[in-house]
This record gives sequence, C-alpha cells and structure tokens, in this order.
Amino acid sequence: MTSFDVIVIGGGHAGTEAAAAAARAGARTALLTHRADTIGEMSCNPAIGGLGKGHLVREIDALDGLMGRVADQAGIQFRLLNRSKGPAVRGPRAQADRKLYRHAMQAAVAAQSGLTVISAAASGLLIRGDQVTGVACEDGRSFASAAVVLTTGTFLNGLIHIGERRIPAGRHGEPPSLGFSQQLAAAGLKLGRLKTGTPARLDGRTIDWKRLEEQRGDDQPVPFSFLTRKIETPQVSCFITHTTAAGHQLIADNIHRSPMYSGQIEGVGPRYCPSIEDKIQRFRDKDSHQVFLEPEGLDDDTVYPNGISTSLPEDVQDSFLRTMPGLEKVSVMRWGYAIEYDYVDPRQLTAALEGKRLPNLFLAGQINGTTGYEEAAAQGLVAGLNAARKAGGREPFVIDRAQGYIGVMIDDLVTKGVSEPYRMFTSRAEYRLSLRADNADMRLTPLGMSVGLVGAERAMAFQHRASAINQGLDLARSLSLTSAEAARRGLRVNQDGLRRSALDLLGMPDVGWMGIRAQWPELASLSPDVVEALEAEALYAGYIQRQDADVAALRREDGLALPASLDYASMPSLSAELRHKLQLVRPATLGQASRMDGMTPAALAVILGHVKRRDRQSAA
Amino acid sequence: MTASDTIYALSSGAGRAAIAVIRMSGSHTPEVLMRMAGRLPTARKLSLSAIRDDRTGEILDKAMVVWIPGPGSFTGEDCAEIHLHGSPAVVSAVMELLSAQPGVRPAEPGEFTKRGFLNGKMDLVEAEGLGDLLQARTSGQRRQAFQQMLGQASSRFESWREQLMQIRAHIEAGVDFADEPGVAEAAAPAIDMSILALRSQISAELHRSAGSELLRDGIRVVLAGCPNTGKSSLLNALARREAAIVSDLPGTTRDAIEVTLELDGMPVIVTDTAGLRSDVADAVEEEGVRRSRQHVSRADLVVWVWSADVIGSRSLDSSIEQPDMLIENKSDLRETESGLLRNDRDASLRISCQTREGIDGLLVELALRLRKRFGDVESALFVSARQKLAAERSIRYLNDALDVGSESLELKAENIRRASEEIARLTGRVDVEEWLGAIFSRFCIGK
Repeated sequence: MTSFDVIVIGGGHAGTEAAAAAARAGARTALLTHRADTIGEMSCNPAIGGLGKGHLVREIDALDGLMGRVADQAGIQFRLLNRSKGPAVRGPRAQADRKLYRHAMQAAVAAQSGLTVISAAASGLLIRGDQVTGVACEDGRSFASAAVVLTTGTFLNGLIHIGERRIPAGRHGEPPSLGFSQQLAAAGLKLGRLKTGTPARLDGRTIDWKRLEEQRGDDQPVPFSFLTRKIETPQVSCFITHTTAAGHQLIADNIHRSPMYSGQIEGVGPRYCPSIEDKIQRFRDKDSHQVFLEPEGLDDDTVYPNGISTSLPEDVQDSFLRTMPGLEKVSVMRWGYAIEYDYVDPRQLTAALEGKRLPNLFLAGQINGTTGYEEAAAQGLVAGLNAARKAGGREPFVIDRAQGYIGVMIDDLVTKGVSEPYRMFTSRAEYRLSLRADNADMRLTPLGMSVGLVGAERAMAFQHRASAINQGLDLARSLSLTSAEAARRGLRVNQDGLRRSALDLLGMPDVGWMGIRAQWPELASLSPDVVEALEAEALYAGYIQRQDADVAALRREDGLALPASLDYASMPSLSAELRHKLQLVRPATLGQASRMDGMTPAALAVILGHVKRRDRQSAA
Repeated sequence: MTASDTIYALSSGAGRAAIAVIRMSGSHTPEVLMRMAGRLPTARKLSLSAIRDDRTGEILDKAMVVWIPGPGSFTGEDCAEIHLHGSPAVVSAVMELLSAQPGVRPAEPGEFTKRGFLNGKMDLVEAEGLGDLLQARTSGQRRQAFQQMLGQASSRFESWREQLMQIRAHIEAGVDFADEPGVAEAAAPAIDMSILALRSQISAELHRSAGSELLRDGIRVVLAGCPNTGKSSLLNALARREAAIVSDLPGTTRDAIEVTLELDGMPVIVTDTAGLRSDVADAVEEEGVRRSRQHVSRADLVVWVWSADVIGSRSLDSSIEQPDMLIENKSDLRETESGLLRNDRDASLRISCQTREGIDGLLVELALRLRKRFGDVESALFVSARQKLAAERSIRYLNDALDVGSESLELKAENIRRASEEIARLTGRVDVEEWLGAIFSRFCIGK
C-alpha cells in the first residue's frame, strides 16, 4: 500500500490550502479528489474576499497560503470595501474569472513540491482502533497515512432541491459522497444538517446591458497578496438591476412550491444569505431588492445574479428573472438550487481541527459548519499544517484570538459550535482594531516562519517590508513639534504645551498624512504601504494600548490547561445544560471554558474547585 | 477593566454585625493602603489604623489592617485585609473610597479564586479563598435578595444592556454590511441619538446613587395594631430615643413616623403607624388609618402589636392576612404563670416597653427573620458598589463613543463594546449572535 504523511480528501478551497500547507510544512502529502480538473472550482459566487473574509485571505497569504496569490491572478474587478472608513474595517474583495481561478489554483498545486494529486473518489477512512490510518477509494485502492484531512464541502450526503425535485448531488452535476457520514457517526461523532443556496446562472448575451447601472471596480486595484506588485488581469464592470413588484407577486403566488416553505428542507440556512423567496416573505414592506450581475469570466458569457439565490421550480425561476429590468429576454444556463449537506458539530474538534474522538483525522471547511471560500481555505491551512505536525510528532500549532481572524473563527467553532452556516464578520473579532488586513503579515508571517510554513521568497519580502515599516515608525516618532510650534505652522492642536511626534499628529483627523508631510519633507520618501501602516498605528495607538492588557489576560487564561479527563457530570452545582455542553466541548483551557455559551464566573469557580480537588487526590 | 486591576470584595459572610472584612488583591494594594491607612503596616501583622478618605481628610473608621505582600498570599498577588466596624454606612463609605482609587475595582464573583488559580496558588485558594468560591456559588440567591432589596435596579441594567446591544447592532450593520444596498444609510442616523439617550438614563440613575439609595430605603418594617397598644412606645424603645410622640390617648399618632435602625448590619426602617380601627373619631384620624393600611401593604415585614388592656386588639385588621410577627405589648400588666416571655398559646412575643423586658429578645428575633428573608445585605451593598462603578465607567465610554466622528464607526463600536463589558459584569455578556440577530431582523441582508 502506498503511504503518505498526510492525505487530504477534497480539492476545493479547504482541500487545496490544506494540501499545500501540509507539503510546505514538510509532509509527503497526497491530494485526493474525484476529478482533478475541478480543483479550485468556485461552486457559488465568483468572488473572493469582502469584509472579514478579505482579512482571512490576507492572513492565509501571510502564512504563504495560495488563495491570495491565485485570486490576484484571477481577479477581474477589485474593490476595497469600507474604503472611507478606518483601516481596521477595510476589506479587499474581487470578482474572479472562474476559469482563471481554477487554472491558477491547479498550477499552484502542481508547483508545490512534496504534493501528489491522486484522481480517485474516496469511499471511506481506514480506522484501526480509534485511530485513523488512511483512506480507501472506490476503485479499490487504499492509501496509508499518518494523518488525514477531510474537506467534503457540500458533498457529505448532499441533496439538491429545485422546486419539488430532489437530486442527490455534491454540487451541480457531481455525485454526493455517502459513506463518510455513516462512518463518522459510527465513530461517535455528532452530525447535523445545514443548507445553502445558489442562484440561476444567466447567459450574458441575452441581457440588455445598456439599460443597467454600471458598477466599476477601483481605479487602483488593491491586491490580496503581500507578494503581488500589480494586478495584470484586465478589469471589467458589474451591473445592477432590481426586483419589481410583479416579481414579488409572482414569488408570493408560488411560495408553496418552494421547498423552503413546504417543509421539504430540514437543514438550517444562513441568515445573512437568504433566498429571494425568504427576503420577499420577511421584508414585505420592501418593494424592490437590488441584484448585482457579476460576470463569471473574461471569455465566459455566464453571469452570476447576486442576491437572488432560490430553490423555486424552474418555471417560476424563469418567469421571475424576466420581471427584472434588462432581463426581459434572459435565457438561463443553469437553474438555481438549494443544497442540504451533513456537517460535524465542530465542538468535537480541538483548536488544531483534529477530532477528539478520532485522532489523526482533521476536518476543514463546510464539514465544520462554515460557509464561504475564505473560511474554508483558512481552516484548510490550519488543518493541513497541523496534520503535518501530527505526522511529524510535533505539538499542535494554534493561532489565538488576538493573533488573527483565523484564531477567532476556529475558537468560535470549537468552543461555541454553530447554529447556522458560520461566516466571518469583522465584528466577531474583539481585537478588531489590531487585526487588520494591512498588518496580517506583521502579525502572522513570523509565526508562519517559525513553523516552516513560509517559503524563502516571502520571508525575504517580509523582512524587507517589516524593516521599512519600522524605519518609518522610528522616523515619525523622532520628528516632533510643541503645541505652540504646531500652532505657528498652522496645525490645529490643543494648546497644552505638549510636544507631539509626527506619529501622534498623524493620528489626529485635523492633521493627518498631508499635514505632517507638509511639515517634514523627509517623510515624502516613505512608500505608500509604509504610510498606510503608520496611519493605522497612529489612529489606533490609544485603543490598542488599552487592548494590550486584555490580550495579556486572554493569553494567561488560554495558557492554563484544564485536564481533558475532568468529569463535568459530577459537578451538581452546574446547570444540566452547562454540564452537557462542557462534556461535549471539553475545553482545553480556562480561557476556552470562559468563552463557552452560558458560562458564568460562578460556574468557572466551581470548575476550578474541582480541578483543585482532583490535583490533591492525584497527589495523595 | 482588566486582570491587572487591583480588586476588592467584602469577604465577611452574612450575619456578622460587629466586623466587616474587606479583602484586596493586586499590584496597587500597597499604595492604596498607604493612602488610606497612612502607612504600610508590618507585613502579616494585624495593626490598628485610622482609615482616612484622602480626598476629604475625613476619618471613616478605626480598623484593623493586615498587609500580605505577594507572592506568599492566597492569590499570589499583593493582598490586604481591612477589618472594619460592621456598619453599612462605614462599609459603603470605605468601598466607595476604594472604587475611587485608580486601578482599583470591585471583584467579580470568584475572581479571588481565579487569580489564585492563575498564579498556581491552589492550596491557599482551597484554604482561604473558599468564601469567595461560596459567594460565587450563591450568586443566584444573592441576586434574588438583591432584587428584593433594590426592586427595579436590575431591570434598569437589563434595559441598558439591551440598548447597548441595539446600538452595537446599528454600528456593526454599517461596518460589516457596508456593501449591502441601503443598510448603512438606514442604520446610521439612530446611533448617536441612542447613545445620548442611554447616557442620560445612566447619569440620572447615578445621581440617585445606588449605594445611598439602599441605605435610605432599607428594609421596611411596619408596626401595626389597634390604637393605644403601645406601638409608638415600642418604636421609641427600639430607637432608644423619643422619635415618636408618645401619649396614652388613643389615636395620638395621626401619620406614620419612621426610624432608621441598623440591625445586625442591615439597614432597617421601622414605621410606626396610626392605630387601625373601624369607628374613627374624625376625618383626620380616618385619613391616618387609610395611610396606615397603605404602609402595611408596602411593608417588607409587618409586626402586629396588641396588648391585653385594649379589648379586641389581638384580632387582626381586615387589611392584614397574616402578620410576620405578633407582639404582645405591656406584658408588665399581666402576670404569666411560668414567667416565660414567649406566649406559647398564640406565638406572640411578650414585651414591655415600660420595663424594657423582652426588647432585646425582640431585636434578635427580628434580625433573625430579616436575615432569613432578605439574605446577605452586606453583599447587596457590595453589589451596589459594583453597579455604581460599572455605570460610571460605561458613561465614560459612551462619551468617548460620541466624541469619535461617524467616519470612524470602528472606534465608536470599540467604545460601545467597552461600555457593554462594564454593564455585562452585572447582567451577563452580550454575545455576537445577539447583535447579528438584531441586524438580520431589522435590515434586509443578502446580496
């Protein structure tokens, strides 16, 4: 039997990132996918990034992951969201050419040394005792490995709904994977069911573009990757249409034919990505919703109408689409659908994304209850790296909540679980002001270097950028003015007699970069990305200082391990609900326990009391 | 508010009237002791010090103070204990002084234990921190007692928490859903108005001052009974001063008279009421009776006073179903065969205001019943200190939130997050799912 250190099952966003990370970390890695030509497929909307999500892409990139660089090659319309707001909440986003994305991703996978792609459909895990030891395939082959990363996306018992029709499928036109759910359940894992949806795809040649409002990208595209100097791909526009009263009426008349409303769908869908029938039912006072027509590629006529995912039957979809301006004569290339799939309650995983009941098995992506390419890719990176570390006998590598959005997401998943598909938002990050897209490399690249995840090219680029930023900071701190001098030079500052550095002044809205550059010509030599870093530092300095104490407290509590064998069932003063949750989650640290839903200071004190009692008993 | 703050708590348990122990832990402990006690006492030796308010120079109490430098303390940090006289007024004044010290705040339940644990002091925590742990365990009960004491306070905090959550939802809608058509525009106008409204509610509440309100309001004990059964004499005996006019003409007390007592460390307001009878002499007395019944209906504890020389005074007024205590006054007028103070036949306590016989027993009994009903009042005082501090700090953050411009929504959000954390110490945390839920129910999200 051929053997590997790590086998990754699935070639989507989680799988590719997992396989590449495992290989970068030095593991002999196999990427197992039923069709190698679908590696890097964007199954839903043709876009990468956004608010919170763009942060994740930057963090993946900072750890030398693939997504940022691939998206930069495939991006055909870049927009920096929240550009007018503070740097902490700006999120890069791009429409991607699906074919370019797929090809770039496949090229990146092929270029990765130590990574073998195997075209085969996995049929199940090889399990000996309670340890996962490899993967079996439908064609009869088996592969042994020290660790397995499972990234099933929507394939796990996938079931597509279009109107009254139900089609077992992983995604459009591809069969579901059926064996894994049973195997995981048999191993004692708790599974649940989630739902997501996708709109119809339109033929761009049948759309009357002239009647529609154009939405252009940024004049100066901001790339995802810290390594990308310039976006070379040609840029295109999106267009905006809207739903009409006639369309709303049509959907209201046919709502009983939606599987969402007929009770045919059991899975829980995401609240922030409702189907059009949901939006119309829930917001009856709105007589129109905007619909964004996004091109799926430069040489592809397929158009993705963002905002109208649906599971209504084809005839209703068809009539509904034609009620929208510009789409009167539209022809449909593929119908919208809802898909239900199995996920594993992520509270059964460690922060390294390894199964507590099934050691050596790592899970990433939608199987953990998340939604979104970026969320999947970020988990893939962490799962792949940790699978490699497990195979190499090394300690798990965990990013904490103060280090990155990746840490926030994984901690949320393994501590709180999910009740709907989990998506990243910037407001999930309590240290949002320091977890910025602009400083993802400063936060994470050194960590990535310490675990062998970062290649030479990025390490060098990072050293260069870090020293430029540090020099810029030193310079801005060394230049200063008293309040009287500032006033003489026409700067509006409090006349308090204090001396302020250029960095202090940069953080003042009335002065800003233009203000200080006018005072000190030597600042003009700083490059735009250094200025960007300085601006963020200056703007948030006071707040971040305040947060540092919180972070110190977080680290202290996260540094304190709770014994895995603690018997929460024997703590009668805890509520039954909390006891149940504690038994399921088995928090690894005091910090994780404190972040669980329903945890109170009193309950925490009770747990600590039991830890103490145990310590004394085991010492005796 | 962080883990590096110096924390304090009232760590003496319920039922201790003579001494209240305030425990302190954290790096600011020595400087706070120097300021309050004028010097740093010898380590680990109990010594007498005047506790002084450094802002006014006023001496608050003469107390026994012990200073326990870390790491050899039960939390592993610099610690101190201040043993005060157990009067609520003294205790609340000292707690107020502590809260005003920079870097010092009231401890959260279980926080001493947690610090001990974090510093690897589990043995000492076991030995010394148990009170703190037990306090944490019974926080539910304490909360209940506290709600009884302060009535609406907790629902006010709940309402502030809800408002903060809604404000956060509006801000985050503008941040996280900026690319959704129309959402940011719909969310923006409400933000500063809501912050202003909340700030004025919290300031108004602070002006009423949670701590003194408790002392002022206290537990209401109402003395009720027929005319001329000696209620005013009893009040005077309890107060040991002539707070009520006493005469032997029935119906002398036309309106309620209140005396504030401190009973077993609990603030108690005893109200003497006009005698209750159906055949009133005039309109003035009739009004007095009406008011008496009103006092009875608002009482936390009703004492029915009767005496053998007033015919029919044993029978309760129609407004009272079941008094909490029955007292037979003027016991000196009636000999009992065994001389027992308690009249076993009808469970009355027998007292005489003339001879002061039975008064001490009555006070003990009253304290026992109050303690049973209203629980740990000292803890309630402590909770009110935490409330006040939380309110003050959240106002500071609300002001900061108003100061930042609407282009810096992320800074507004950060200040609201901090304000919420302060209020959350009293009400429980605001979870991200809550404001996401508020956003999704209010705004049509789903590009």
